[in-house]
Amino acid sequence: MSEKASTKSGGYEKPLPEFRPETKPYWDACKKHEFSLPRCKKCGKVFFYPRALCPVCMSQDLELIKASGKAKVWTFAIHHMGPTPAYKGEPPYVVAIVETQEGVKMMTNIVGCKPEDVRIGMAVEVVFDDVTPEVTLPKFKPIGK
Amino acid sequence: MKRVSVIGIGNTRYGVIKDRSFLDLAVEAGKKAMADAGITTDEVEAFYLGNYAGSDFINQNHLAPYVGAALRLRRDIPCTHIENACASGGSAVREGILAIGSGTAGKVLVIGIEKMNTVPTPKVTEFLAKAGDWEHEVKVGYTFPSAFAMMARRHMHQYGTTREHLAAVTVKNHTNALKNPDAQMQKLVSMEQILNDNRVVADPLRLYDCSLITDGASAVILADKGTARNLSRKPVDIIGFAQANDSFALYQKDDLTRFDATVEAANMAFQMAGVKREDVDVAEVHDCFTIAEIIAIEDLGFVPKGEGGPATLDGLTSLNGKFAVNPSGGLKAKGHPVGATGVGQIVEIVEQLRGEAGDRQVKDAEIGLTHNLGGSGATCVVHILARC
Repeated sequence: MSEKASTKSGGYEKPLPEFRPETKPYWDACKKHEFSLPRCKKCGKVFFYPRALCPVCMSQDLELIKASGKAKVWTFAIHHMGPTPAYKGEPPYVVAIVETQEGVKMMTNIVGCKPEDVRIGMAVEVVFDDVTPEVTLPKFKPIGK
Repeated sequence: MKRVSVIGIGNTRYGVIKDRSFLDLAVEAGKKAMADAGITTDEVEAFYLGNYAGSDFINQNHLAPYVGAALRLRRDIPCTHIENACASGGSAVREGILAIGSGTAGKVLVIGIEKMNTVPTPKVTEFLAKAGDWEHEVKVGYTFPSAFAMMARRHMHQYGTTREHLAAVTVKNHTNALKNPDAQMQKLVSMEQILNDNRVVADPLRLYDCSLITDGASAVILADKGTARNLSRKPVDIIGFAQANDSFALYQKDDLTRFDATVEAANMAFQMAGVKREDVDVAEVHDCFTIAEIIAIEDLGFVPKGEGGPATLDGLTSLNGKFAVNPSGGLKAKGHPVGATGVGQIVEIVEQLRGEAGDRQVKDAEIGLTHNLGGSGATCVVHILARC
């Protein structure tokens, strides 16, 4: 059974990640404000998202490595309408795909600057948002901000 | 494999339809297609239903026999539901072709349907977002407008595509829809109006870049070519078809200005059909957002990469252009009842090839193509049709 992080605490109503055996260590690291990425011990591939089998060689011999937390903005959208009532008052917000120094891409939010200042290729670094007592989400902000 | 023809077509009106239930819409489209083919209900030997999210929009699962019973189909035939997000309709047509090709059915009914105006817009957005990667995309506030906005931004970055290029898709498709009595949008819009409209959904996409929330159903009757020749006054042959897939999540793609599934499906379908890109007179492509039409005509090989925007602005894809794209008004203006769309595209191309498309008829259309995309491009279905 997967353990769903509480949506009640702190009134946070947006979707939250599910903790499962293969994803829990990644989220535990985020909670400690450490950005990590899964790596295959057999073929060496660093990948995202955390899972039980390597996406390249299907090995189950995986580890979490400490990642740089540095990335570049690959593309982004500035949301002027939120998808659900849980996003009330939030727009405009930025949904972006960033490419980390380790070469993996992930969907995230850019924070810490005006949405209109975000650019393709902008250097960003990880920041942590403790959205509930159990869940911390990695987001990215411009380096130096 | 046996060659397959379309012998009957039927559409409901597309729009916000209050006076028809899901079943009423499905039955109306199905009965129209059977009447058009000149066949009785008892002649249908297999039924495929394309639908995306009946389980969300009308709280109903097990949808194919649900519709089959309402249509009073024979008890000794298979009724099967196909779900491939926005490509559900195209995939359902493909299954129908395979059933005939394999010899297990002689005449097949395919219905595509969605009834979406049963819930408020935020719920619609939430249900549609399920076609993306829920765990790794949706939880950061991602929606389909943001997916296509991120693609538009890469396309602008790599090829210099502009808001004028995007707006040209809207102007063209609204113009075409005005000539289509079944279309949801019946209103012309000018380039100036679009560029001055500030209703941003997910920048760089604005309200005029987005397709509509639509109720509607479309249906086709398929038969093997021999039967079609005996039965139908104007059969249209399916000369090529293919379905392909791609990375599921947007962030897993290598290039956001291209859909690999479209490129692959188009190459396979053209090879099967034995025709060239320049032979195509008319195409219905998946313009769920304006940028999607621009990318589609590039991926299908109608224009070189990066030139989809200028080609549209120059009128190459207008009703009287070099090759007409979305004469029906497309998803943008005809409407996008998700599961119906892929079937509705076939209906439009058959009307065009029969020469029965009225004011929006593409002159002397002999070969037509449909392009139906699912999710953020993880599924693509292409069909190529020819006048006999």
